Amino acid sequence: MTSRTAEQRWLAWQTVDTGRLFLLSATSLLVVAALARIAVASFHGRNVAIAFGLYIAFGELALPGGREAAPIAMSAAMSYAMVLRIAGQPAVNWGAFQVVIVAAGGMALGSLPHIAAGRRAGITGMSGRLVAVACVAFLFSAARQYLGGSAWTAFAVMVILAMFGWLIETVISAIIRADDLRARYSVTMSDELRVQWRLGLAVGMAAIITVFGAEVMGLAELAIFAGPLLVIQFAFRRYAGIRATYLQTVRALAQVTEVGGYVESGHSRRVSRLALAIGRELGMAEPDLLNLEYAALMHDIGQLSLVEPIPGGATLLVPPADARRIAEFGAEVIRQTGVLDTVAELVRWQWLPAYGGPKTPPLGSKVIRAANAFDDLVGGSADRDRTAAAIDRLRLDADTEYDPQVVAALATVTDRLPITRL
Amino acid sequence: MGRLSLTTWLYIAAVVSAAGAILARVPVGTVPPGFWVIYGVLAVLFLICDSTPTLLGVRQWAWSPSSAATLAAGVMLSQFGGVGAAMVGAVAVLSIRGHVPVAERLFNGAMNAIAGFAAGTAYHMLDGQPVLNVTKLTAVLHGAMPPHHWFAMSLQPFAVAALTLVLVNHGLLWGMLLLDRHSLAGAQRAVPGWGLPLLLASDLGFAALGLVIAALWAVLGPDAAAIVLVPLYVARWAMAQFAEQQRAHTATLRALCQAVETKDFYTRGHSERVSRGAGMIARQIGMRTDRAEAVRFAGMLHDVGKLGVPTKVLQKEGSLTEEEYATIQLHPMRGLEIVRDIGFLNEALTGIMHHHERMDGRGYPMGFAGHEIPEFARIIAVADAFDSMTSTRAYRKATRISQAIEELRRGAGTQFDPKIVDAFITALDRDGWQLQEPAQPRGHEILTSQDHDDPTTPLRVVETI
Repeated sequence: MTSRTAEQRWLAWQTVDTGRLFLLSATSLLVVAALARIAVASFHGRNVAIAFGLYIAFGELALPGGREAAPIAMSAAMSYAMVLRIAGQPAVNWGAFQVVIVAAGGMALGSLPHIAAGRRAGITGMSGRLVAVACVAFLFSAARQYLGGSAWTAFAVMVILAMFGWLIETVISAIIRADDLRARYSVTMSDELRVQWRLGLAVGMAAIITVFGAEVMGLAELAIFAGPLLVIQFAFRRYAGIRATYLQTVRALAQVTEVGGYVESGHSRRVSRLALAIGRELGMAEPDLLNLEYAALMHDIGQLSLVEPIPGGATLLVPPADARRIAEFGAEVIRQTGVLDTVAELVRWQWLPAYGGPKTPPLGSKVIRAANAFDDLVGGSADRDRTAAAIDRLRLDADTEYDPQVVAALATVTDRLPITRL
Repeated sequence: MGRLSLTTWLYIAAVVSAAGAILARVPVGTVPPGFWVIYGVLAVLFLICDSTPTLLGVRQWAWSPSSAATLAAGVMLSQFGGVGAAMVGAVAVLSIRGHVPVAERLFNGAMNAIAGFAAGTAYHMLDGQPVLNVTKLTAVLHGAMPPHHWFAMSLQPFAVAALTLVLVNHGLLWGMLLLDRHSLAGAQRAVPGWGLPLLLASDLGFAALGLVIAALWAVLGPDAAAIVLVPLYVARWAMAQFAEQQRAHTATLRALCQAVETKDFYTRGHSERVSRGAGMIARQIGMRTDRAEAVRFAGMLHDVGKLGVPTKVLQKEGSLTEEEYATIQLHPMRGLEIVRDIGFLNEALTGIMHHHERMDGRGYPMGFAGHEIPEFARIIAVADAFDSMTSTRAYRKATRISQAIEELRRGAGTQFDPKIVDAFITALDRDGWQLQEPAQPRGHEILTSQDHDDPTTPLRVVETI
């Protein structure tokens, strides 16, 4: 038993990407440097540090789910980096290294319960946040001597630094995501920016409100402002939760054809995984990928209109007129949801050949067509020879049935990893 | 709000006149100009929050963090008693959101004014201090007291004021709802996912922003109110996204059921009606709202497993062989297999799996008896059988409702749980039942000649020795 887990651990280490490795080592260096520095110099404002450290820990504890963001922890750490006065008293410039120590300590403390409960600690996300906070702290401690005058100058500087910190965190998480998903960096970057800008805005403003609130209310401000922040985080968590449930429901809808004996078990899941990988290889953006995933999961739902299942569930050999009828019925079922019209379109045109049909099908439909044909030929086998033969067979029909670019992406994707590990 | 009863009108009139009496005390001529600056900023903040609420799924049920502005007024204008906060709350009358009837507008304004007045008075009576000098609008008050001393003196009064505001607001609102059954039903539909305690807690959480606004004003001036709006806007965005996704999710579940029903012309709309019937029973037996919602989902999805039954078995005209009968008996398990991975269903799964159990233990798939059968399954069994009987089938016309009720009574104790049957009959008396639209097959639909749900005509199975 133990040897097996050791082996799994070794495998897990082998899949650590360079980007992640680089980030982790940079963070450890940062923490070690900060510890060394604090050991030599002195530690300022113990109570303030403890209060902010606990606040950061609390923020890490209540993660919103989904993406590895911890908005409350991030805003608490940024406000600790930018504190000017506490309860009317000017705060000592405790320096960026102390900010790093407090933030790292708070994050570590906050992730202990997660580890105890057997959940992932999310060390990558924490490293990204720590690096971003360190950048903000270094810049602010350099700038703070010029901020004695009007509160609005300080405010403007804080807005700029908060935006900067958010940008750094976003860039880091985009790089990690690009590595994880083997997607293009520009695609994950624009996805992250689009998804996260609202959260980033809220995090930055919350940090600034905390800074100025603490000027009047002292450390009690942290407890008071935690109320509204928790409500906001709750809203985000519900949003993330319902998105996950929605995907589960669509998966269930896709499974209907398998339980009904229309297609081979696991077919929809495999086609959707393959289609997603191809879509990423082709550089499709996240919303299109989500539609592609849904459409690929449900691409066979039209077979419910058949009285007798097709032998073996292989739609590859069905005459075009029947394939068309099945696709159109499936699109009709999906359109009834009232919200998945794009998905319905992708399912509707999957019967069309890539060239020479009455209409050029959308890219998603071409991807599903190729992925479906590939899975009908290979059927979940990880055998290299069989995979190569299937791809050669698809290449013969490229230029007519299948889009050559899609087939090329399919070849790249299946060459990189066997289909079972996509 | 629909048509209102006389008592409801009297209640609204009482609340509005109480608010009028409070607002009549506004010391128009004697206040310093600073009063109007603070009032103006907070009134605009209130109006923005109140005009862009988060919709809670049901029309006219919305939730907004506007109480933060009322409380900020209670703090900043505290030397005028609760009148300042009452004036900010009264702005709700002007709220710019869709079409709101005049009576509802007046009531909202009056409710917020009274709650603001109560909170402001509480703050004032407990010696809570304003953070600004209202005459000079400078950050420090009463001569030399720095803002953080103000804070130390004001924390407790503020906590009491916030609690007062939330309680008075909810008290007046639920008084209205209890008088007006129609709105009450709407409220029960709107609140379930949240739960009332959660709603109260979020109100209190956002109320704390009132103090933050006052403190920020002391440092940054009136623009502080705009800064607070940013996180509020983001929270609202997330809630709106949530509501949209939830609608999409329900629609998708419905599509799943419709996909199942394409296999059988006569059962169109069956899942929808069973879902409604299960909801009626749940309400009648006083089930908690979130469980009632789950039982509606269970009713909607109960026959999903029929997809796992070959069409030729469903369509077969003569008697079924034992094997064919066994595949039909498996459909609850098949249904479970399909929807098991949908996270939120939980208890609904028990309803789907056991909806063909009988009280005497002769049902399938597990042969549970009596109260071994989960409550959800006992509810769905009744609604399921009733809808099957009152719908047209290829082999018979629809049974009349009275006859179907007789049939349910006859089966009570052996097939059905008598308590559930009684509850369903009472609910039928009250709410009525929408029958299946009498439709004629047009020839190309898939027809079935037996219905496994129909207790009056059991499936015919070939006897084997």
